[in-house]
Amino acid sequence: MTPTLQIFLIISAALFSIGLLAALSRRHAIFILIGIEMMLAAANLNFIAFWRFNPGSLQTTGVMVAIFSIAIAAAEAAVGLALVIAVYRHYRTTNVDQLDQLKG
Amino acid sequence: MNRWIFDSLWLIPTIPLAGSLLILSVNDSRRPAAVALAITGQIAALTLSVFAFLPTLHTPGFRVVQNFTWFTFGENALRLGWVLDPLAAVMLMMIALVGLCIFVFSIGYMAGDKNFTRFFAYLSFFSGAMLGLVIANSLLLLFIFWELVGFASYLLIGFWIERPSAAAAAKKAFITTRIGDMGFFLGMVWLYHSSGTLLFYDEGHGCVENAGLAMLGVSATFIALLIFCGAMGKSGQFPLHVWLPDAMEGPTPVSALIHAATMVAAGVFLVARVYPLFSLGASNGVTPSLTVVVWIGVTTALMAALIAIAQADIKRILAYSTVSQLGLMMVSLGVGGVVAGMMHLLAHGFFKALLFLGAGSVIHGCHGEHDIRKMGGLHRLMPVTFSTYAIGMMALSGVPLFFSGGWTKEEILHVTAHWPASPIPYYLLLAGVVLTALYMTRQIIYVFFGRQRAASERGHESPLVMTMPLIALAICAIFFSVVLAPAWPWLHDYLTGEPVRFDVARLIQPMLFLSLVLVGAGVAFGVWMYREVGAQDGRRPADIDPLEFAQPKLFRFLENKMWLDELYGYTVIAFSWVAARLSDWMDRYFWDSLVRAFGGLGQLFGIVTKGFDERGINAGVDESTIGARRVGRAISRLHSGQVQTYLSIIAIGVLALLLFYAWLA
Repeated sequence: MTPTLQIFLIISAALFSIGLLAALSRRHAIFILIGIEMMLAAANLNFIAFWRFNPGSLQTTGVMVAIFSIAIAAAEAAVGLALVIAVYRHYRTTNVDQLDQLKG
Repeated sequence: MNRWIFDSLWLIPTIPLAGSLLILSVNDSRRPAAVALAITGQIAALTLSVFAFLPTLHTPGFRVVQNFTWFTFGENALRLGWVLDPLAAVMLMMIALVGLCIFVFSIGYMAGDKNFTRFFAYLSFFSGAMLGLVIANSLLLLFIFWELVGFASYLLIGFWIERPSAAAAAKKAFITTRIGDMGFFLGMVWLYHSSGTLLFYDEGHGCVENAGLAMLGVSATFIALLIFCGAMGKSGQFPLHVWLPDAMEGPTPVSALIHAATMVAAGVFLVARVYPLFSLGASNGVTPSLTVVVWIGVTTALMAALIAIAQADIKRILAYSTVSQLGLMMVSLGVGGVVAGMMHLLAHGFFKALLFLGAGSVIHGCHGEHDIRKMGGLHRLMPVTFSTYAIGMMALSGVPLFFSGGWTKEEILHVTAHWPASPIPYYLLLAGVVLTALYMTRQIIYVFFGRQRAASERGHESPLVMTMPLIALAICAIFFSVVLAPAWPWLHDYLTGEPVRFDVARLIQPMLFLSLVLVGAGVAFGVWMYREVGAQDGRRPADIDPLEFAQPKLFRFLENKMWLDELYGYTVIAFSWVAARLSDWMDRYFWDSLVRAFGGLGQLFGIVTKGFDERGINAGVDESTIGARRVGRAISRLHSGQVQTYLSIIAIGVLALLLFYAWLA
């Protein structure tokens, strides 16, 4: 079976949906972070797939963008984890149902 | 030098007026400063008056005018000016000199008063206004000063404002003279309308010069009579004389300066100043306006002399005598003797000021007592006051030869005797001469002779500062006759503008003997009648006036001033009371209800708008705010603070957007 763009896009969409579901349904902040990381991974997979199945794929532009994005994701994960730890120290919980300070 | 004084005439009234303002700013603890300012101002005015007087001596009929434009409106200009002629010059001298004597006298008389400096400020103010009055060359300027002296008189009559009688007298004086002044003002307006100028002298175009008079014609009579109304008010002529005796409520120096020597003579001066208006179109020296002047004058002279006989207040007697003498001057002017009238005015200024100051000295010596029935025997206690008072009394009575009043009175009798219209004023004036001698004899016997009574027992002579002006004025009263006597009628010829001639033969005239007989009769009758005042005489008790004993009804009539105040009370004052009540009623019920009706309309409109506001606009605003709040509450429920809820909404939104684009494609 020859890999085609469609297969990659379907896998990417599935990965994104799983990540979204995790971000929306889990109550633990760490799982939400993991969900967000999964959505970012789906986006990266899209970048790579579109680059690979493109006529001008000899250049390394797509890979560069993906690597850049992963670096940003790492930084974002660090910031997110720091936030979670700070929130936990303050509220003694990481359950997002109890963190409703944005309430209008 | 002469040029300078003509240009600086305005300084004469200005210096005392400025002095008055300065004195007002002086604290009462600095009395010497106030006195120094007042006396310096007066001396300066006197000096300038002398400088102004000297050039007028050289040329007979001398006259200098200084006119200037006050303001212009359209093509017309309102012009004012100063005039220096013999009439103004002698008045300046008299006012400044008498004023100076009275200022000095006041230092002693007012020494114990708590408003000492204010008194001198007012006196200076009066002096300045009076000096300005006599040198005004415009009827308007004269009127301004005329009102200023009236105002000064008001202030000074009511000087002891804490006394209700003084406040009432000040009001009475002000209002009574205002009635006359209204006539004066109307006359002035009419004169301006007819002749187009209010200047007296303006190189032939003034209102009392030929060109100006020619434009007047018949209206001159009415204008003259209207102006005479002002003179009647100011000079206390019947029927507007009622304020002058009441004005004696003021301090005695005020009575001497304002209500005897100067201001009340302003009416006579005014008539003399605008005399051509009165005499325009005269046939044989008689015009309707002059005839009115004569009869008013005669009535006043005789009535006041009669009332004076029955008065008990030392100052009121003198006040009525002033009214009487002013009447005499008016008669003189009316019959054509302008010069005789002015001469009497000047002589009267000196001896009446002397008499008032003498009365002030007596009151001072008797510790504020005014009632002559409580005095007596003062000639031993107050020798200087007595001798000067006697000189004043003889000058007023018209004793011939040695006293100024005698010469001028004879002059007046002389011109009145030759009045072609009627001989009656002449005989009435002769009766007036006898009456004058009689009431003055009565007063002097009551005050200075006989036994000492209640008020005079502790009497004492006044200090030097008060007796010196008395002596000065007594000397003036005697030596003034030098320039009055017909042998060398210097003042007469100076005023008429003729060269002076000396003729001893003219000294002795029939009028002299007639005068002597009349005055002698008056004095003798007085001495006989009042020989035993203050003591029991036959069936008459000691405290009853001899005239009252003989003629109680007549005495009561005269004592109550011929019931004129009561007559006014029941007529003029009652009328104004009714008019005032009527206006009050109109104001309260008619005009007020109109105003209230309009107010009610406004209120009604207010109520309507208020209802509209509350029910309409306010309700709408309320409803919309309630709605907004409800919406806000509903929306705020969405803000749960649950980040996942927000995120799921975003996800749903993105999904919906995706489906929408998919459907579009």
